Amino acid sequence: MPQEIFHETFPNGLTLLAERMKQVRSAALNFLVPAGCAYDPPQHLGIASVLSDLIIRGAGERNSRELTLALDNLGLDRDESVGSIHMRFWGATLARNLPAALEIYADIFRRPHLPEDQIDAVKALAFQELQSIEDEPKQKVLIELRRRHYPAPLGQDRRGNREGIESLSAGAIRSHYQKLFQPRGSILSVAGNIDWKKLRDQVARLFGDWKGGGEPTLALGPLLTPHEHIEKDTTQTQIGIAYPSVPIGHDDYYAAQGAVNVLSGGMSARLFTEVREKRGLCYAVWASYQTFKDRASVVCYAGSTNERAQETLDVTLQELKRLQDGIEPEEVDRVKAGLKASLIMQEESTSARAGTLASDWYYLGRVRGIDEIQSAIDSLTPHGITDHLHRHPPRDFTIVTLGPKPLRMK
Amino acid sequence: MPFQKHVLKNGLQIIGETNPSARSVALGFFVRTGARDEKSDVSGVTHFLEHMVFKGTPRRSALDVNRDFDRIGAHYNAFTSEENTVFYAAILPEYLPEAVDILADILRPSLRTDDFDMEKKVIIEEIGMYEDQPVWSAYDAAKRAHFAGHPLANSILGTVKSIKALKRDQMHSYFKRRYVGPNITAVAAGRFPWKQLVSLVEKHCGGWEKGPVGRKGVRETKGAGTFHVVKKEKVAQEHVFMISPGPPVESPLRYAADILATAVGDDSGSRLYWALVDPGLADSADMSFHDYQGAGSFYTSFSCDPGKVEKNLEIASRVLSEVRQQGITDEELRQAKSKIGSRIVRGSERPMGRMQAIGMSWTYLRKYRTVDEEMKAFDAVTLKTIGQLLERYPLDRVTTLALGPVKKLKAPSSNGKKRKRSKPLASAKR
Repeated sequence: MPQEIFHETFPNGLTLLAERMKQVRSAALNFLVPAGCAYDPPQHLGIASVLSDLIIRGAGERNSRELTLALDNLGLDRDESVGSIHMRFWGATLARNLPAALEIYADIFRRPHLPEDQIDAVKALAFQELQSIEDEPKQKVLIELRRRHYPAPLGQDRRGNREGIESLSAGAIRSHYQKLFQPRGSILSVAGNIDWKKLRDQVARLFGDWKGGGEPTLALGPLLTPHEHIEKDTTQTQIGIAYPSVPIGHDDYYAAQGAVNVLSGGMSARLFTEVREKRGLCYAVWASYQTFKDRASVVCYAGSTNERAQETLDVTLQELKRLQDGIEPEEVDRVKAGLKASLIMQEESTSARAGTLASDWYYLGRVRGIDEIQSAIDSLTPHGITDHLHRHPPRDFTIVTLGPKPLRMK
Repeated sequence: MPFQKHVLKNGLQIIGETNPSARSVALGFFVRTGARDEKSDVSGVTHFLEHMVFKGTPRRSALDVNRDFDRIGAHYNAFTSEENTVFYAAILPEYLPEAVDILADILRPSLRTDDFDMEKKVIIEEIGMYEDQPVWSAYDAAKRAHFAGHPLANSILGTVKSIKALKRDQMHSYFKRRYVGPNITAVAAGRFPWKQLVSLVEKHCGGWEKGPVGRKGVRETKGAGTFHVVKKEKVAQEHVFMISPGPPVESPLRYAADILATAVGDDSGSRLYWALVDPGLADSADMSFHDYQGAGSFYTSFSCDPGKVEKNLEIASRVLSEVRQQGITDEELRQAKSKIGSRIVRGSERPMGRMQAIGMSWTYLRKYRTVDEEMKAFDAVTLKTIGQLLERYPLDRVTTLALGPVKKLKAPSSNGKKRKRSKPLASAKR
């Protein structure tokens, strides 16, 4: 079955992407607005999170309760989340309910009430979310790792801080909304059993006269010290490690993906084998690739009971450094098989496709076809990956640990 | 989507639903054994055995198992619940023979002592990981309190002590008793030829032992109905679980129970959402329905700032009591149905989702339903059915457990008839 992918960028800068999947009954939508937490003003850290909650509490003709009921009546499962760069609105339901859902999203984006009388409730939730990180040590270590690995504001966490949230007034939230919710740089992607013409016409009607422009810019700050220990009385010590890689779109991108998968692509990959299977040091250990437009990194995680955490850190770092010593053809064959299966299985999920359409567009300004990705995967070789690792060796590690005692870092 | 079934001579069941428009096939082996089937001297053995299944056979070392799965690009794993141990892999259709070969082979594991000793460490790490997550600790302790004296109280992971004490031969005898033909169902969904599946499973599993199967202690329970406060100074939020009885998996009322739980405690637009989350009193609130063989439960939970827990407990109890007395509205019924319908359709679009759904239904009920039949069963629920459900399971006997920094807590006035003093749980120490 050939892919049916559609695109239109409207004169106001809004991009619409769609993939028609005839074999399914559902549809998923994914709306990216360049209003992520990296744009939170320093005195208002947490404002994007607060806005993402407040913005669905009433819009257009509907108050908060009516809006939620209307979306629930459509059987729409949804989620509003805040990333570094984008605020993301995701929803999925039966394809026949998608047009009605889009009408409501147009209200949310363009005519939100941002009701003043609900701000205290939303702030109370934001405080609790901030507090609840303390009960999730793994999350906490990964948040702190990000904060230290990237220059501010790229690495800052969406939850913000107490002072930032406390300082928020109705006026500040409204002006943040007015500044950042705009068509230029916004991407709407839809995947599922849809009719492209009708979708395009509907989106043109709902968003064609949406105004505003000028993408916001980010000024990057200095890096923090790369090593940090957070003291906490826990059973396990949490370990987070990050190091630089190449961003999507870079010539080495697929080789970088290959390298990460040699480390962590399946249960026979190196980290799982060396840290868990051969030594029994932990239950969870993994590495994953994450990218911005202009920079990327590999993030590793392991959690180990306190007495064994030092060995876990040492073995993990050893594996990262050993990557450049060479890669077996067998390992690359397994990586390719895994990547190929994931690529094809993604075609069975409307949510996964909607997400990929939008992220491809954001990073590359186009949507990669399956054939293109497939042939890039096919051309991976042990040499190609090793050469990449010589050009971009795992080093300059940012390391954050959480537990009763700090670990030795070499 | 045609459904087929076949039973091997040793009693092993094979079922499959083919979908020619799928890109992949999901394959699962459902073993009807879980924590509830463990005696106290082997607590945690089912889950530990699930791990050991991946540690190799006479034909494969532990590393070979992982390599063979990865070589075909499989998405594979396993899970253990109170009642089932499920091994699964999603693969591209051309690898069906390899996938059946690996899954069937590992289900006859060697249980080598050195692998056993190594994996013991991993299990202890897994227990440690959950210990550091208060939500999980609260859930586990609440379940244990609610089902006290019932096999469903058994812990899935076991304890560090029970795992350390476990011997390889105890695991082996548990394996021999539970992993027998009649206790296992092989399930496939997606794109695959049915006949080929049957002959592959026959070839690899036809020689497996028969043996008596069964499960002791299948009965309903009213639950303890007790009230507990577990003080943990280092925890930031207060985590609360309220458990009350619901219909068992065999009951036709389970559809109504799912709808009720969605109306009362879905994460958006439900009664608990409006009462606790919307006003900012709790950062999450939820009701979900779990059905087991012979018993069922509604799990109501929330987490919040410790200072608000007493008030929130009153509110949550009031929500349950209003539902008990007045049921839900016609509008809530319709919303819950449309949410559930949309989730069923989307879940069934991936072979992995569909395989799990038909596998569970077959394991429990020996019944198959198409996606449309499943939706119809939900559609058939009326306010009258909800009334019958609430009459039988009135949400008035609640086991409550709060875990967090709070030391003392007043039981809400509507928590059962007697007001009990809070008492600490001996087993939730650290």
